[in-house]
Amino acid sequence: MSFALNLLTIVAVVAGAFFFLAGTVGLLRFPDTFTRLHALTKADNLGLGLVVLGLLPHVDGVLAGLKLIAIWLLVLLSSAAASQLVARAARQRDPDA
Amino acid sequence: MMALLNAGLALLLLALAAWTIAARDAFAAAVGFIAYGLLLTLAWVQLSGIDVALTEAAIGGGLTGALLIGAVARLRSTEAAARAERPGAPSRLLAALVAGVVTVALAICVLTLPDPAPTLAPEVAANIAAAAVGNPITAVLLAFRAMDTLLEAIVLLFALIGVWSLAPDRAWGGRPGPLHRADPNGILAYIARVLPPIGLIVGMYIFWAGADHPGGKFQGATIVAAMWLLVMMAGLADAPPVSRKWLRLGLVAGPLVFIAIGLAGAVSAGAFLAYPEGYAKPLIVAIELALMPTLALILALLLVGAPQRPVPP
Repeated sequence: MSFALNLLTIVAVVAGAFFFLAGTVGLLRFPDTFTRLHALTKADNLGLGLVVLGLLPHVDGVLAGLKLIAIWLLVLLSSAAASQLVARAARQRDPDA
Repeated sequence: MMALLNAGLALLLLALAAWTIAARDAFAAAVGFIAYGLLLTLAWVQLSGIDVALTEAAIGGGLTGALLIGAVARLRSTEAAARAERPGAPSRLLAALVAGVVTVALAICVLTLPDPAPTLAPEVAANIAAAAVGNPITAVLLAFRAMDTLLEAIVLLFALIGVWSLAPDRAWGGRPGPLHRADPNGILAYIARVLPPIGLIVGMYIFWAGADHPGGKFQGATIVAAMWLLVMMAGLADAPPVSRKWLRLGLVAGPLVFIAIGLAGAVSAGAFLAYPEGYAKPLIVAIELALMPTLALILALLLVGAPQRPVPP
């Protein structure tokens, strides 16, 4: 059981780290604001979600696990809102993009 | 492994600090400063200074960052002109010399600190029972060095008065800051409706947990202030005119309660800000409860700025 949980942790955290890496590469390489936002939100949403999922088997107590999930949900909410605001500002500056 | 991580963190901090100073664009420098604050938070966590880390994230990164971005927005119209001016060689040499001397002096001070560093930590640990709170930081801030905390709150109040005094005569007593209009069905209005209930609970939790765990009124008040600012920026509620009685009462309530309890201590316990035996915990909670709304008001209004819209009589 504990081997399976450890395996889940390793796979999920490595996958999460991969999404952060891919998001960072996208942020540096993509040509315009909107595609860069797309790369960034993938890192926030999926990357952090997978890291949280990987950490869940190792927290002590249900409350600590719920706190981790709450942090992920709050980041989802704020990154979704922030990316909308950035996208809107970018469109107002350059309506053709 | 941990040493590698710490070394990486320290290098990143230094590189980001250098980049922030070298950045020519004011907005880029402000963003660099915010990222620097978040990295510094991680450094404090690595040093087990969770209380300092929370304060750094809330005030150093968040609040100061927002203040700087506001300043950048105000300076935008003059930035190009300011950048076109290039100071002469002597003044630049002098600036480099002064900055270099300050850096060297600071480095010498840090490097000549006695080892082990002089510390009062054992005395705090020995006397913490008298303060009746579990978090030693709170015990220092509100029992052993309560005077510093009182003066800190009063300094913040003076800072706000300083900001307000920049108001033009016709706007005195009016509403501070610009009028924010946002799409009532837009994402900003949405987040300003969804987030404040959560933020208020988190802020109160951090405030309440401060008695026994890292946290406290400052960090909690910053989060509450941020929620209020969000509501104002989304145009859901306007900033109150600075002449409102309830506002001014709220701004002085915290320090007044603090001073009153301090004076009561002078009578009942023999020294200003001393707590009578057995009453330390309720009195500390009372001071923190009174200070928290005052701090939230001051921090939010510091960001909103000087009064600039007169209220129609």
